Amino acid sequence: MLLSEPNLPEPNLNLNNQSTPNILTSSPAILATNLAKSVGEGDNTIEILRDLNLEVAQGESVAIVGSSGSGKSTLLALLAGLDNPSSGNVAVEGLDFSSLDEDARAAVRGKRMGFVFQSFQLLSTMTALENVMLPLQLANRKDASEIAIATLAKVGLGERLTHYPKQLSGGEQQRVAIARAFAPQPAILFADEPTGNLDIATGERIIDLLFSLNKASNSTLILVTHDEKLAQRCQRVLVLSNGQLT
Amino acid sequence: MSFKLAWQQLFSQYKSGDLRVLVFALVLAVTSITAVNFFTNRIALHLNSEGGLLLGGDLVVLSDHALPASYNALAKQYGLKTTATVEFSSMAINGEKNQLAEVKALSEGFPLRGDLGVQFSLDKPIQSVQNIPKKGEVWIEPRLANAINLQLGDSLELGASMLKITGILAREPSRGGDMFSFAPRLMMNSADVAATELIQFGSRVKYQLLVAGKPKNVQQFSDNLTSKLQRGERVQDVKNARPEIKSALDKAETFLGLSAMVSVVLSVVAMLLASAPFVARSLETAALLRCFGASKATIQNIMLQQTALLALIGGVLGCVLGYLVQTILAYFAGRLFLESLPAPNYLPVLIGTVTSFAILFSIMWPHIQAIKNVPTMRILRSDVESKPSKMWMNYLPVALVIAALILWLAKTLQLAGAFLVGVFSICLLAGLLAYALANMLHKISQKTSNNAVSLGLANLKRRLGLTVAQIIGFSLGAMVLMLLLMTKNDLMQSWTSSLPADAPNRFIINIQPEQVPQVKDFINNIGVQSPQVFAMIRGRLVAKNEQTITPDSFENERSKRLVSREFNLSSAATMQADNKLLQGRWWRAGEADAALVSIEEDIAKALEVKLGDRLTYDIAGSKITLTVASIRKVEWDSMRANFFAVTPPETLLKFPASYMTAFYLPKNQDNALNLLLQKFPNFTVIDVASLMNQVRAIMQKMSLAIGFVFTFCIIAGLVVLYAALVATREARIRESAMLRVLGASRRQAALAMLTEFACIGAVAATVAIIVASSLAYYLSRFVLDIPYAFNASLALTALLAALILVPLAAWWVIRSYLNVPPKQLLNSI
Repeated sequence: MLLSEPNLPEPNLNLNNQSTPNILTSSPAILATNLAKSVGEGDNTIEILRDLNLEVAQGESVAIVGSSGSGKSTLLALLAGLDNPSSGNVAVEGLDFSSLDEDARAAVRGKRMGFVFQSFQLLSTMTALENVMLPLQLANRKDASEIAIATLAKVGLGERLTHYPKQLSGGEQQRVAIARAFAPQPAILFADEPTGNLDIATGERIIDLLFSLNKASNSTLILVTHDEKLAQRCQRVLVLSNGQLT
Repeated sequence: MSFKLAWQQLFSQYKSGDLRVLVFALVLAVTSITAVNFFTNRIALHLNSEGGLLLGGDLVVLSDHALPASYNALAKQYGLKTTATVEFSSMAINGEKNQLAEVKALSEGFPLRGDLGVQFSLDKPIQSVQNIPKKGEVWIEPRLANAINLQLGDSLELGASMLKITGILAREPSRGGDMFSFAPRLMMNSADVAATELIQFGSRVKYQLLVAGKPKNVQQFSDNLTSKLQRGERVQDVKNARPEIKSALDKAETFLGLSAMVSVVLSVVAMLLASAPFVARSLETAALLRCFGASKATIQNIMLQQTALLALIGGVLGCVLGYLVQTILAYFAGRLFLESLPAPNYLPVLIGTVTSFAILFSIMWPHIQAIKNVPTMRILRSDVESKPSKMWMNYLPVALVIAALILWLAKTLQLAGAFLVGVFSICLLAGLLAYALANMLHKISQKTSNNAVSLGLANLKRRLGLTVAQIIGFSLGAMVLMLLLMTKNDLMQSWTSSLPADAPNRFIINIQPEQVPQVKDFINNIGVQSPQVFAMIRGRLVAKNEQTITPDSFENERSKRLVSREFNLSSAATMQADNKLLQGRWWRAGEADAALVSIEEDIAKALEVKLGDRLTYDIAGSKITLTVASIRKVEWDSMRANFFAVTPPETLLKFPASYMTAFYLPKNQDNALNLLLQKFPNFTVIDVASLMNQVRAIMQKMSLAIGFVFTFCIIAGLVVLYAALVATREARIRESAMLRVLGASRRQAALAMLTEFACIGAVAATVAIIVASSLAYYLSRFVLDIPYAFNASLALTALLAALILVPLAAWWVIRSYLNVPPKQLLNSI
């Protein structure tokens, strides 16, 4: 059962103490060159993406729209280093992903990226607080608990710290996921259909929260959606069609 | 950091219920293996660690004849302390009451090691003493005092002597290894033995020379003496003390260990099933952690630490429970032991912990290896699966660990192989039967008009692999328990019913030739027609076909013992009615003094004797060579007097003999027997009825202990069932919710589920009944040699129990979901 969303407080994240990884901060946040991805073999090969180029400046918000099955999620996975391209390469803040192994890419994700997923991806056996603490613990942050509590309070869930995902509504679960994404103060935020599993009203409130947090943290936002209205809130809208961006 | 994260995730998973069955099955496996180990460990410690205390000295020279004084002198030369004892059985008598006692006559200096616990007055506690009864006095065990109704200060009759009871014996050092003691102990001064007139020719007497001193000197004495030993004499030290008990213990340990192994195998099946949700959840977490920047090493470390933590928890809980369970085992078997068992050492704890780690790591290892390669794309697209690993690679480590455990418990490759093949064949058979029956039920489902029942039946086929695993798990547990109940009942029933009402209940041994007529008169007078009195000639087998035989000629322990001691030969004109001729022929009329012998089947096998072999016996220093004319089968259970070797009636006439008889003493004739014993104090009467009761009591206690171990198998079988249910819980909830969304009532959803599990229960019980009955038939027919009867009531009970228990267990797992609105159910998955 979905619960109605409470009025959200204005996010006020202090990002001045964020540690900066050894990455070229003057480079574009994301630079994809001649990116291609195909699956299958021989006659059964399906080209999902072909010869795709994309440059996203730091602090920019970009929406990637397209119909179901157009390859939006695949593109997002390649940009975040979650998957390997068939050809071409992706550079994150000047760092070429093709030169990195999986662990090194994971380290870049841990330090620079945050994720919000359509299906929330909260660990059902962990409480809201534990879920938000997870990326902070992985980054060896001693103040993981304090930061997580503060971030959950900012998304309006300060009273639901010990609740499990099952005990939360869809909107609340997505707010926990947003808190988890923003808690480590990422430079780039990837959001994959963040309102896809929510009703319209809840979805709008979630998007308000996402954009306000993004603005406050001055992070780069790459948003994948099929919702034109949502896409219009980004600075730039790109359409993925036939494996290419237009 | 990763440790904190590992612990946190593990705790969260435990709270969510994913891990409960896994931990329970692990604890069950460790409990059953440690319980058996604690128990056998205590007995082994009891037998081994008391060393010299068991013997009463550092080394004992034993013989069935008086030992030469030169041995004592030799020991003195090495500066050793010595003392001698003489042991024999005899009746202790108080007026009309009598009881067979194990008499031990002691000399000054006994015991050389340890002490005796004796109560000298009713109002004083038991004292530790290191001396022996004074001349004319005896110390007796409480059960002897009770049996003949005597107290401290009273006198008892032993042979031709009256001896005063001055002490109640609570503990003696040399008795520690006697696990199964039938007759109570009587201790006397060796100076009184001659006056009792109990030791006569042919009497069974054990002479012992005990020595103690510095280990080096004891060893030198032993080395020197070994070359001087005569026939019938042997040296026993703490290392080879009680070899027969050690061998019995080894067998019991192996048997109990392998019984425990059945529940370990079942627990592992349960763990494999129960690990699925844990592994799935761990994969999900790993993908997310990779997304958040965790390295492969971090992911693997977390999983390794979680596995180690679980193994530690399982090991500790299993060891604690194993310790508690072994106290129950020791209680069941407790009264078999004369002395209380010592506390166990820590070896079983080590075994339990190692087992826990080995089992869990072997199950988790393939997943730990695979988890680092989990595709992070899973987070975005749930249809992305990990690269499937080969199935055999997933199960190979755990199969190897199980095989290693079985090999360790079975001790020999042969037994381990037999056990593995046995378990595998039973699983295969159960699997095939389950498969066939599930298919049959599926066909029936297509003709069933009740849709819920039809759906339940169809479910059997849709999850065939799991269904068969559930059936194998439960049926294996039920089968082992049923087999035990069947054979135990069969054995007990056939044993008691095979004895006729007038089966002999008293044996008299040590009858001298001149006393035979009066014994015959006595037995005639109590109503037995033409009583049989048998000659007993003690002889030792020294050669076969003119080839000298020594204990070293054989590898088998039993054969070695048989040739190292004297045994009884007898003579008879006709073969006893309960004997059966297997080979050769009985002697004819003109062969009354022919040099022939008839040998019992088992002993012939043990001594590798064939028809026509010439056996040379040494009887009281003279040799006689007899040709094997026949090989007989003897019904030892008949309780009649029987002999391993029988010659024609006049063949052994020139050799000194004592006589024995077996007869049925009616209940009101005890007085007459006591009068006979008073007249002939050298007689030893063995009360077979009470001996049989004791044997029966021991069998019952042992089977209780074994049955207790087997109940673990049933629990493990139920855990397999439960684990399979939990593994499919989410799918079942989804199905049940979908059924209700589509308009099924709660009753119909419940009926579908109950039908499915009632079938699983019924098929499992059928498989268990078929396999257990077949095995019971095989055991009865070919091993125990008793008539087989199908136990219909047990089969029916098993079927009913399974029909009720299994659906009940299933109901217990998903009952809470049947009342939840379908939408909520679908949301919660």
